[in-house]
Amino acid sequence: MSLIHKTAAELGALVAAGEVSAEEIAAAHLDRIEATEPKVNAFLHVDREVTLEQARQVDARIRAGEKLGPLAGVPIAHKDIFATRDMPTTAASKILEGWRPPYDATVTARLRAAGLVILGKTNLDEFAMGSSTENSAYGVTRNPWDLSRIPGGSSGGSSAAVAAYQAPLSTGTDTGGSIRQPAAVTGIVGMKPTYGGSSRYGLIAFASSLDTPGPFARNVHDAALLHEAFSGYDPMDSTSIDAPVPSVVAATQQADVSGMRIGVVKEFGGEGYQPGVLARFNEAVKLLESLGAEIVEVSCPTFGTALPAYYLIAPSECSSNLARFDAMRYGLRVGDDGTRSAEEVMALTRAAGFGPEVKRRIMLGTYALSSGYYDAYYGQAQKVRTLIARDFENAYQRVDVLISPTTPTTAFAIGERADDPMAMYLADLCTIPSNLAGNAAISVPCGLADEDNLPVGLQIMAPVLGDDRCYRVGAALEKAFEARWGGPLLKEAPAL
Amino acid sequence: MSVMAFDKALQSFEPVLGLETHVELGTESKMFCGCATGFGEPPNTQVCPTCLAFPGALPVANEAAIEATIRIGLALNCSIAEWCRFARKNYFYPDMPKNYQISQYDEPLCSDGYLDVEVGGRTFRVEIERVHLEEDTGKSTHVGGATGRIHGADYSIVDYNRAGIPLVEIVTKPITGTGELAPEVAKAYGIELREIMRSLGVSDVRMDQGSMRFDVNVSLNKPGEPWGTRTETKNVNSFRSVERSVRGEIERQAYLLSEGGKITQETRHFHEDTGTTTPGRSKEEAQDYRYFPDPDLVPIAPDVAWVESLRASLPELPRVKRLRLREEWGVSEHDMESMTNAGAVDLVEATIAAGAPAADARKWWMGELARRANESGTALADLAITPADVARVTELVASGALNDKLARAALEGILAGEGTADEVVAKRGLQIADEGELAGIIEQVLADNADAAEKVRSGKVAAVGALVGAVMKLSRGKADAGRARELILEKLGVS
Amino acid sequence: MSAITRDEVAHLAKLSRLALTDDELDHYATQLDVIIGSVAKVAEVAAEDVPPSSHALPLTNVFRADEVRQSLTPQQALANAPAVEDDRFKVPRILGEEE
Repeated sequence: MSLIHKTAAELGALVAAGEVSAEEIAAAHLDRIEATEPKVNAFLHVDREVTLEQARQVDARIRAGEKLGPLAGVPIAHKDIFATRDMPTTAASKILEGWRPPYDATVTARLRAAGLVILGKTNLDEFAMGSSTENSAYGVTRNPWDLSRIPGGSSGGSSAAVAAYQAPLSTGTDTGGSIRQPAAVTGIVGMKPTYGGSSRYGLIAFASSLDTPGPFARNVHDAALLHEAFSGYDPMDSTSIDAPVPSVVAATQQADVSGMRIGVVKEFGGEGYQPGVLARFNEAVKLLESLGAEIVEVSCPTFGTALPAYYLIAPSECSSNLARFDAMRYGLRVGDDGTRSAEEVMALTRAAGFGPEVKRRIMLGTYALSSGYYDAYYGQAQKVRTLIARDFENAYQRVDVLISPTTPTTAFAIGERADDPMAMYLADLCTIPSNLAGNAAISVPCGLADEDNLPVGLQIMAPVLGDDRCYRVGAALEKAFEARWGGPLLKEAPAL
Repeated sequence: MSVMAFDKALQSFEPVLGLETHVELGTESKMFCGCATGFGEPPNTQVCPTCLAFPGALPVANEAAIEATIRIGLALNCSIAEWCRFARKNYFYPDMPKNYQISQYDEPLCSDGYLDVEVGGRTFRVEIERVHLEEDTGKSTHVGGATGRIHGADYSIVDYNRAGIPLVEIVTKPITGTGELAPEVAKAYGIELREIMRSLGVSDVRMDQGSMRFDVNVSLNKPGEPWGTRTETKNVNSFRSVERSVRGEIERQAYLLSEGGKITQETRHFHEDTGTTTPGRSKEEAQDYRYFPDPDLVPIAPDVAWVESLRASLPELPRVKRLRLREEWGVSEHDMESMTNAGAVDLVEATIAAGAPAADARKWWMGELARRANESGTALADLAITPADVARVTELVASGALNDKLARAALEGILAGEGTADEVVAKRGLQIADEGELAGIIEQVLADNADAAEKVRSGKVAAVGALVGAVMKLSRGKADAGRARELILEKLGVS
Repeated sequence: MSAITRDEVAHLAKLSRLALTDDELDHYATQLDVIIGSVAKVAEVAAEDVPPSSHALPLTNVFRADEVRQSLTPQQALANAPAVEDDRFKVPRILGEEE
């Protein structure tokens, strides 16, 4: 099997055994990127020399006897929302075109410390606002399963890169579903860790109380290895949890659900859900039951209001977070002809530098925080947030994890929802509650929908710091499905 | 601009004051990042991704700043919040990198306290609404245009060294019942706050460097009527300006109101040169700061043990200390107030501790040294002389080795960096002339001033002053004037 | 009745420092009206006595020690600046006064 088809764990083992160098592995993936990018467009930035130099340094560290962990020498695609010293960082926005951070994000630094080799920066919806990667200022990314369809979003470049065998691993950020939904629609694994379990330092903020870095991989075990590599307490992030990272790698080896109580969220399903998605989900429920899990129907009555609450809280925070993009210290500056005032230049730059979705959300958030509206909108949304957390608490008293479809439909066509923000927002219907409550949640493939032969994802939600439960159930399901399918779902994907 | 004379204004109107004071804390590092907080460093050398608001950078609160704020709150008799949050105050301004200021909104760390101040023998209790913690902005320099001011400038250049320095805001409740003492009460409040900051050691409170600045609110009403519309005078940067801005605003508003005019609720700017205020650029609409809890920072929940340990760490507060020292030093309330205003209390205390008699310590600090500080425009505490130096000079005077004039020369030498008191005395040859030397000088003076000598001889003893003066002059200050007078009179056979 | 008027959207654009054209204002007014109408559903939840959550997790008292860390050099700080003069960020003339 070629290097690009191996799992991250296999590649790490080959490097550790001295059978293949990090440089050879990086080169194989760079070749694959070069060959497939014209179709997929997953990356905003690739610099072959910078990457190969990183790989050579990892090889040198290994030769020098440094202990680097299981992913040393494994390449990774890095979402272009994490600051990187040696590559531009743009958040897929015109306003940050060419910005070179003088520092690494904590996640970036930990990838480097663990010996991962960064292949490049992946495309996303501008500032992570979107569910299709169509909101990138630098062109759409295409779903490797069907190039006319979206790869999900906002981390669509990262999901597409892994699904297209351009990288065995990638990073994402999940604010309302931006890891899980792209993973679901590209047939791979994507995990949103517990909020505060992975550092936000150096992650360009969209909505600070929701943003969570997490891993993409082609299997649950690889995702867990990456999760452990970059997670854990960071004193540079005040909201970081000062506690050990849950043992997620060990949980994937356990891969056993017998005796576990698994809750099916009653509110997720029915109208608005694609029949093929529901069919695959129901099969997965039966499969879990056959593996010895106890299935319990659970009601979370406030989940129905999670979407509107999210579309008040996230835009409110974003309206403030994005105020720093003002043409004064870095980034784009438009209209500075020597006569215009700073105020005018700021407004012209922001109008020219932000895309339509970003502007919509900035104005929506500004509205929700305005005096006179604050209590009815932002304030009320925060109360709904409390109620959603309570729904979860009540549910977790009865069950160990909750499951649902990850997203109501399979990958939709590029352009299909581009002019209908509300339709776009529905893609995050099932993923948003976990963000509001700070819970852990993972999406794993559960088959192809009959209508369109496109991947369907199953979401497993667990309490705060119960990340290991997501991996345990995910690994059990993966094992049973792969036995049934005769291998990973991704082998069904058409060749590029 | 037309005004009404202050005394007349106070016959018709009662003033209501409000003061907002910003104090830059003297922490080693900034409020939310590890950058240093030095003043006057080269531009943009104390900046990092966090205080420049680079994408992705995050704040982490400085524990020392939280503690300092709680200590200030305790010193001002406030209650300390059991749970409170930082909030973002959103508005765009190039000085402010994030285009929001991390501040506190409806959940201040400290609230509901008071501060007693004394003016003209009366005690006024100024009630404190809140004490909260926020961050300072960067500094713009406006380039081009005629005035170097913001209006008419061609462009601005910004240094963010100051951005993110912790700033405590202390807000009073409306201060009523001060009448014609309003300007003095405002000033005394400011001075008392400075003394408290100094005693707590939380800030260098350098007005000249902007580490303490005031916004002054004033309104007038007729007795028995509701409070009037207030104006806010921004960034008043000296105690004298606090006093003058209150006075000036009372005079201006009184004139307007007596002419049937209305006061506009507005921000005004104080002008040092004229002592008057002018309106700021009027805002088209009320600002909407869209405050909301900062999601990047977690709530502060000071537990009782922490607050009590901070309370236990409070020093003797200035007012209590002054009462004690007045007793110990036997000085009048007026003298004590002067010393407080001059920032001399701690210096005098330290000089006494170094061995000087209380009266002498006070005399030198409030006399010669205050004069020199005033001349050079520096604070007493910043003069290049220590209480120990002053104590040594008083000792030399007491022992008769120096007279007052020589002592002044010694102080001058110390201030000029010529060394310790003893070194200056040695280098400059400061010593009282001995008897033999003095006798010779007197001989010379009597010969040179035969007329004056004759007058004294003939009984006009008062004329001896001119002769003593001549002796002092000829001895270049080294003579003991008293002894010279005795010797002259003796010589002229008058005694 | 619409949830938001075009004038309100123009005001929001101004508060947000977005120089929008008339066409854009029309477009956003229509879209925001739909979105606000939809998110207003949060009002349907009975939550009078429910405390609001500003954060995902109930952490408190996260502080750093008052220690100086290495700052950027002025070169690093200014490297991405659109304009620089005398080691300072050069910005267009400022109209408003400081807060």
